[in-house]
Amino acid sequence: MNPTLKALLITLALVVAGALIFPSSYYFRVGSLIWINTISVTGIVVLLGYVGLVSLGHAGFFAIGAYAVAVLPGYGVPSGAALFVGAAAAGLLAMVIGRPILRLSGYYLAIATLGLGMLIWMVLTKESWLTGGPDGMVVAGFNPRHWFALVGIKMKSTEAWYWLTGLVATIGVVLAVNLGNSPWGRALRAVHDSDVAASSLGVDVARAKVVAFAISAVYAAVAGSLLALANGYITPDTAGFMHSVEMVTMAVLGGATTVYGAIVGSLILTALPQVLTFVAEYEHIVLGGVMVATMVAMRRGLVPALGDLAHRLAMRGRSK
Amino acid sequence: MNRLEIENLGISFGGIKAVDSVSFSAAAGEVTSIIGPNGAGKTTLFNLISGVYAADTGHVRIEGADVTGEPPHRLARRGMARTFQNLQIFPQMTALDNVMTGCHLRETSNLLADLLGLPSSLRETAKSRGLALSALERVGLANLAARPASELSYGQLKRLEIARALVTGCSILLLDEPAAGCNAVETREVDDLIHAIADEGVCVVLIEHDMRMVMRISSHIVVLDQGSKIAEGKPEEIRDNERVIAAYLGAHGAAEARAAHA
Repeated sequence: MNPTLKALLITLALVVAGALIFPSSYYFRVGSLIWINTISVTGIVVLLGYVGLVSLGHAGFFAIGAYAVAVLPGYGVPSGAALFVGAAAAGLLAMVIGRPILRLSGYYLAIATLGLGMLIWMVLTKESWLTGGPDGMVVAGFNPRHWFALVGIKMKSTEAWYWLTGLVATIGVVLAVNLGNSPWGRALRAVHDSDVAASSLGVDVARAKVVAFAISAVYAAVAGSLLALANGYITPDTAGFMHSVEMVTMAVLGGATTVYGAIVGSLILTALPQVLTFVAEYEHIVLGGVMVATMVAMRRGLVPALGDLAHRLAMRGRSK
Repeated sequence: MNRLEIENLGISFGGIKAVDSVSFSAAAGEVTSIIGPNGAGKTTLFNLISGVYAADTGHVRIEGADVTGEPPHRLARRGMARTFQNLQIFPQMTALDNVMTGCHLRETSNLLADLLGLPSSLRETAKSRGLALSALERVGLANLAARPASELSYGQLKRLEIARALVTGCSILLLDEPAAGCNAVETREVDDLIHAIADEGVCVVLIEHDMRMVMRISSHIVVLDQGSKIAEGKPEEIRDNERVIAAYLGAHGAAEARAAHA
């Protein structure tokens, strides 16, 4: 099947399936968080899975999107437009910062991006006249329920948010799949495997890295805007180090080489802590245990590992 | 004017002159071979020509234009392509995708079209796929197109690199030991392939250890030893050159070779 169509159908099917089985608003709320994380983690897949660059600062870009929809409406910019302004700002910043720091690779790059994330966190914390400081700020009301009401569909706010984030995540996944199978995508994946060979074929490696960095920053910013709008409240913690680590962890756990890894990683690491509330104080032990076990048994991540398994079973079935 | 001209090219690593003021030129439609014992500086010379290393001294000219110091992707734009001695394939891609990546400079769709999957992007991909398939056909790997490159044998990967370089539409092709890891039949095939590429007007520069192959297909041979050029000429001139024999076999071996010939 055409990979674009496949990505569209799989993601949409998951969005619809969630809506059909969720019994209460609480589930729809967690579902929205899963789709928001899917968006930012899909950006990480483009950066880490396609090009092979590790960023520990993407929470900074996420926060740029979040604060864009928090701050700009106070200056008369509608929330929807603020989302695009935030995404553009994150992309531009990534391009400007990307040139010098993407010369680094491996853990050197990880540390440089970590510094970038911390800088953004610091600005958000200190500039309280604009951002409300460490206490955060209220995000002006925006409710997708009204959009759905315009076309005659009545639903609760949590449901409306679930559908909106699910649809945006679907678009994000489809765009990333398109990119992966396109001329640019091949150039990016070539840089991942051998930058010497890629450049010998005419790929401008530095430019390819900057482009991937900017794309992933835009994904993070869009996710940040959606989270801020859905929560109606935002604090500088969204730019925090742990959030950056969380994004990379979701990508690696699900399988950073494929967008489906982004969906699975976001699903597990968003839903599991909710499921584990019944073990209360042991939550983190179980969560950590699941992550360690997964990575030891399937170092390429869940989706690629399960894909290999299915492939092997199919081969065995054929040879019989 | 020769298509590729190398003048006094040199580089040192920590005081050791890995390539010391080497000059030669290579013409379109011919195979120019660079030979020499292990450690003579052949691959280093390739890395200098293709922009992977920055030369300490000398110049590289393509069609008379000085391209010294240009990065590899700019040289690729000028029509230079290469293969690698220690294989630089894309192991996570299929064989076909590896070769399609070689079409990068032909592909004109922009980033937005690629993200949105617009017809212009899909057309470019379809065009590249066609070119890549015929290149795979040419090197005898068409039946392995859908396989992950990591599953191919060493000799197959060597030919995969040639296919990837060919689809760039290069006018200068640097081949670093293309027949390494090939059996006798495959070597013969590579031999014919290189012949055919040169006949199409491509300027082929070859590093190869298989002397029979070198003697058979080269128009011109450059011999390196310890970073310096020690001889240059037609295959029959190189075969009988005392210094070349001494470089390969040592002075004692050269004397024995002479005795055996006499």
